[in-house]
Amino acid sequence: MSERQRSGSPDKDPASEAQAAQDSLGNTERAEDATTPEAAPATGGTEPKPTLGRLFLENLWAANTVTVTVLSLVLAIVVGAILMIISDPDVLSTYSYITARPSDALNSSWTLVSEAYANLFKGAIFDPEAFSGWLDGSNGWQAVLAPISETLTYTAPLVFTGLSVALAFRGGLFNIGAQGQATIGVVLAALAGFLLPLPPGLHLLVALLAGALGGAIWGFIPGILKARTGAHEVINTIMLNYIATYFLTWLIVQNGVQDPNRTDAISRPVDPSAQLPRLLGDNLRVHAGILLAVLATWAVAWLLNRSTLGFELRAVGANPDAARTAGISVTRTYVLIMVFAGLLAGLGGSNMVLGSTASALTPLVVAQIGFDGILVALLGRVKPWGVALAALLFGALQAGGNRMQSYSGISLELVTVLQALIVIFIAAPALVKAIFQLRAARAARLQTSLAKGW
Amino acid sequence: MSTMAVPDVAVAPVDEGFWNRNRKVGLVLLALGLIAAVLFGALATDQRARFTLSEDAAGAALEINGTFGAILFGVVALAAGAALLAGLPKRWFLTVLGVGLVAFVFSFLCWQVSAAPAGQNFMPLVNIIRGTFILALPLIFGALAGVLCERSGVVNVAIEGQLLMGAFSGALFGSISGNVWVGLVAAAIGGAFISLLLAIFSIRYLVDQVVMGIVLNLLAVGVTGFLYERLMQTNTERYNSAPRFSNWEIPLLKDIPVIGPALFRGNIFLYLGLLLVLVIHIALFRTRWGLRTRSVGEHPTAADTLGVRVLGLRYRNVLLAGVVAGIGGASYTLALYSFTKNMIGGKGFIALAALIFGRWNPTGALLAALFFGFADQLATYLSTINSVIPSQFLAMLPYLATILAVAGLVGRVRAPAADGKPYVKG
Amino acid sequence: MEPGEIHALLGENGAGKSTLMNVLYGLYQPDEGEILVDGEPLKLRGPSDAIGAGIGMVHQHFMLVPVFTVAENIMLGAEQVRGGIAGFLDRRRARREVTEVSERYGLRIDPDAVIEDLPVGIQQRVEIVKALTRDVDLLILDEPTAVLTPQETEELLTVMRSLKAAGKSIVFITHKLGEVKAIADRITVIRRGKVVGTASPEASRDELAALMVGRSVRLTVEKAPATPGRPVLEVSGLVVDDDRQVRAVDGVDLTVHAGEVLGVAGVQGNGQTELIEAIMGLRPALAGSVTLDGERIDGWSTKKVLRAGVGYVPEDRSVDGLVKEFSVAENLVLDMYDRPPFGGGLALRPDAIAESAKERIAQFDVRTPSAEAPVGTLSGGNQQKVIVARELSRPLKLFIAAQPTRGVDVGSIEFIHGRVIHERDVGTAVLVVSSELDEVIGLADRIAVMYRGRIIGVVGPDTPREQIGLLMAGVSPEVAAEQAGDASESGTASADAPRNEDEA
Repeated sequence: MSERQRSGSPDKDPASEAQAAQDSLGNTERAEDATTPEAAPATGGTEPKPTLGRLFLENLWAANTVTVTVLSLVLAIVVGAILMIISDPDVLSTYSYITARPSDALNSSWTLVSEAYANLFKGAIFDPEAFSGWLDGSNGWQAVLAPISETLTYTAPLVFTGLSVALAFRGGLFNIGAQGQATIGVVLAALAGFLLPLPPGLHLLVALLAGALGGAIWGFIPGILKARTGAHEVINTIMLNYIATYFLTWLIVQNGVQDPNRTDAISRPVDPSAQLPRLLGDNLRVHAGILLAVLATWAVAWLLNRSTLGFELRAVGANPDAARTAGISVTRTYVLIMVFAGLLAGLGGSNMVLGSTASALTPLVVAQIGFDGILVALLGRVKPWGVALAALLFGALQAGGNRMQSYSGISLELVTVLQALIVIFIAAPALVKAIFQLRAARAARLQTSLAKGW
Repeated sequence: MSTMAVPDVAVAPVDEGFWNRNRKVGLVLLALGLIAAVLFGALATDQRARFTLSEDAAGAALEINGTFGAILFGVVALAAGAALLAGLPKRWFLTVLGVGLVAFVFSFLCWQVSAAPAGQNFMPLVNIIRGTFILALPLIFGALAGVLCERSGVVNVAIEGQLLMGAFSGALFGSISGNVWVGLVAAAIGGAFISLLLAIFSIRYLVDQVVMGIVLNLLAVGVTGFLYERLMQTNTERYNSAPRFSNWEIPLLKDIPVIGPALFRGNIFLYLGLLLVLVIHIALFRTRWGLRTRSVGEHPTAADTLGVRVLGLRYRNVLLAGVVAGIGGASYTLALYSFTKNMIGGKGFIALAALIFGRWNPTGALLAALFFGFADQLATYLSTINSVIPSQFLAMLPYLATILAVAGLVGRVRAPAADGKPYVKG
Repeated sequence: MEPGEIHALLGENGAGKSTLMNVLYGLYQPDEGEILVDGEPLKLRGPSDAIGAGIGMVHQHFMLVPVFTVAENIMLGAEQVRGGIAGFLDRRRARREVTEVSERYGLRIDPDAVIEDLPVGIQQRVEIVKALTRDVDLLILDEPTAVLTPQETEELLTVMRSLKAAGKSIVFITHKLGEVKAIADRITVIRRGKVVGTASPEASRDELAALMVGRSVRLTVEKAPATPGRPVLEVSGLVVDDDRQVRAVDGVDLTVHAGEVLGVAGVQGNGQTELIEAIMGLRPALAGSVTLDGERIDGWSTKKVLRAGVGYVPEDRSVDGLVKEFSVAENLVLDMYDRPPFGGGLALRPDAIAESAKERIAQFDVRTPSAEAPVGTLSGGNQQKVIVARELSRPLKLFIAAQPTRGVDVGSIEFIHGRVIHERDVGTAVLVVSSELDEVIGLADRIAVMYRGRIIGVVGPDTPREQIGLLMAGVSPEVAAEQAGDASESGTASADAPRNEDEA
């Protein structure tokens, strides 16, 4: 079961094609790293200027990743539209006479789909009516920023869980446990938020630290189990997710935790002194969590690319044997990776109760942010700033989905479908290219060989 | 830079000194027995704990004084632990461990039943056994789906999605057609649809199988949730009122005391599940298909050199797994409940746990599923007698047990060697 | 191929022998050309076609399912079944068949043994029986002796003779001249994917070697006599197990002095790898001690050993030596990234890393488009130079190089050898492990020969090759010295494993 034996198996050798894809991923990473602000001085200062041709090639790589992402989005939207049509009996009935009057079917379908997606857009980014309303004074400026505010509110926790999963990926571990880590994080953050009588500011800080600590503990367990016994982290993190959930549902109804005025499963609310301040006034939900998320993204980027720990982590992720031979403690690195991943996920969980999404623990307080974090990490190509952008996209879908649900009556579940589809498509760029008949240019494939079985 | 010192050995060399695995397990069992005898014994009351052989308080029953029973069974567990600690021959290990654990559970039950509120000092065994099997049903189907996939080298984290899709399409098409059999076929196809995606993306496009499983679960939750809200909620009559399979009593078997009424007077999915365990177990270990499946999951290159079509077999088995899990999903919507959003609620992951805990073996998975089902049923029972034990902790049991098993504390579990590795020729 | 003939296919590693045979076995599809069996052209779409045509193959890496029994492995793909569509396995018949075949050819195996419990030699036997039960007329053996001990090799040769007597044809792929001469009826030499000649077994070794390599291969290393100083590395009574908990190093005593090169020669798999890994702290020492300048270092972490002034070139550069996805610059600091000037505290110093990378690349003549190129894109020789550059760019007490020139082009070999000698001349103790006898002879000031986990003898570099060869085959030093005089052409199997010219 040792790493050495496992990697010695003859059938592990990836196909040359997969190898090429991996290599190209390496290239893309380099290209994109070079464009991130803090990595620029790393290569810019001492290296001779890259030739024009090389620059062009690198851009092409990057563009290819973007192309695949955009096309995946398009494909997902198309599938989503089909789902809307087939699930609407009125529209569907027009298809029964499509040969006689195709315009009916097409018109009704178009109306349904375009309205739904228009609402998605208005809920996520910009609503022209609110803008004109602001111009003629019928509503305030807040209404104009409301969609963005919603989007950012949903984005913040996803950045954390996405970073959590991405960081572990880079170290060769698959952290499916962001959900559980976020759960324990939210529990400790909330407990600190309503049990500790602390002054504002300090209280928030302590609550955030408690959340981070909770996640870190929950990440430490699979990390140490992997290091000590070789137990696969995928199995253990899945199991720990559920243990965390049951712990939460048990804790909520305990004396001192449960809201004394309620009979259902909800805890006391977090003190205002421990809540993240809102950024744009009390009417808009966006809170300081998004700033923390940006900070965390920067910190993870720095950690990965500019720190000795990040060097160890990447080395272990790419080739544990070579890392070990070079004196890096692989097991210690595994533990650290999981602790950091847990810490990030714990912060993401804290966001859910210290921000504006909720102020008390409920069984579903962390929603799906851990599982969504996996998708976000994959969509962001496991790079910190990519993860932040992917989280933004997911946040926007979520925010827009709310409006789509209330205005067009399209279930919010469609957003889940879209998110899953996007990731399925980007995971198999070859499929996307086949669908769009693109020339088989190589694009970054997801790191498919990260989790090698159990 | 760091304060943590972890020895740099991925797997510690097997230390076959005095503290070998059996002795460690023995020590743990000894401690459990001690807890049972002392703690449970002290907490139990002098009420008689009655284990009735029926569905209620009436009828024949096994009875024992609560305190006495708790101590007695505790001592049995203790003795089993001591025997292991003393260094029993290896072949006795499992038997003695089993006896010890069962005794521990009984000690616990003596305490709980005797300490229940007056008039509730009984445990209806028929209900408990039936509940155990019913709650284990989706786990059995799910774990079998896992066996089929993973034995041929494809990690199946998408069990949850397969079950959910099966439950959904069973309900939908069963309702539309008004025919249970149409529903059943639709459920199988629904499960196979998720499997098909898993197969295509992991085998053809070499996407990481765990990633794919996770994403497919979300896709299934999304699609079924979406269509549920759009169709089933708006028109329950038409889309979510599937007919149910009527109860089938099995002659002769139904008259066996306790077991008969518990298992053989109803649910056809239970018969089907148990039958499938048997069939898959035999097929896996005694037929050509089984040999080839296992070889593909262990060493696909070797199988390929002997003319076994690796990818074809993988496709076939993954699809078959979807069919099995889809039928498992239908065991909800075509026998027990109408469809609700996300109704599988994590059972797919417990099924995965059962698969691992049962060491990728159909019979092992069945036993694991029953153990998990029992934990689940016990939680329900304990909450009806106002037990001090929080039901959530019992619900955690399957997951905890799996972590312990994977960590090698209860024997080493070993996945098929090529599980999760895409096969690329050459 | 004639019936009942043993045809040796001789060539260096990477010459295309295995590829050719994989095509013949239907695993790869030929781009052009055809295969004739009994005069008929044969189209192989897969291994089953090959088996059908009577071709069997024993692969270099055994194609056995480790958790299956012998019988299960043998019946896989050609199962005898009962019960119609259900296809129940007929295990009894399979077992009988295994016993039958194994008795007929004198290859005794237990049909119910589980493969992973069997020693390598027996596993190979299972492979051969597997082919024989499929009624093959032509058996391809791909590098069958690479993993065998001399005794097992001898047994295998006996088996091959009995197969030949039974009328089976055998293609025997190898790069070991001794075996070829001992058993082959006809020899075909392959180089860079082309047949470069055929020979009879009577041809001399030099002739064959010249055919294989294409030119004379004696690479000499220019060096002055060594001036050994204090003992730096002292290993005594070292015992180490391999990954399968099998004893690999069984009480080794070694001393390496400052300013000398100690070469460890031996057939691969005689414990050299485990010995080095134990010294480096990569593998636990079960008994004995390792001291560096008088200080016990066994039980230390690898990092501590490296920090203490030990440089290490691992034998498999792509697995243990380099992180292929990392840039050249990053690989050049793979074991120094957290040391000034490259990193201090938590932060890396990319400027310093890039700066030193530029220097190293120039100094060690690494041909790379830039310091930022992923190291996996470089040629084997340049990859190796990156490792050597990394390890030799800090002050060392001890330098350990395992297979330092495996799969490396000639130019790089000379460069690396020069660097090794230079390191010796500045007073570092150098330990070189190589399965290339020529390399050991060329570099070493003293040669320790390792056989079955023990140092069987320590000799000077001017000892006759034949004598060292006998030592490598496990013949004790006195006998070896005696025999070497008259036996210049006897079967010292892998004594002259050829140098790898082209890239792996």
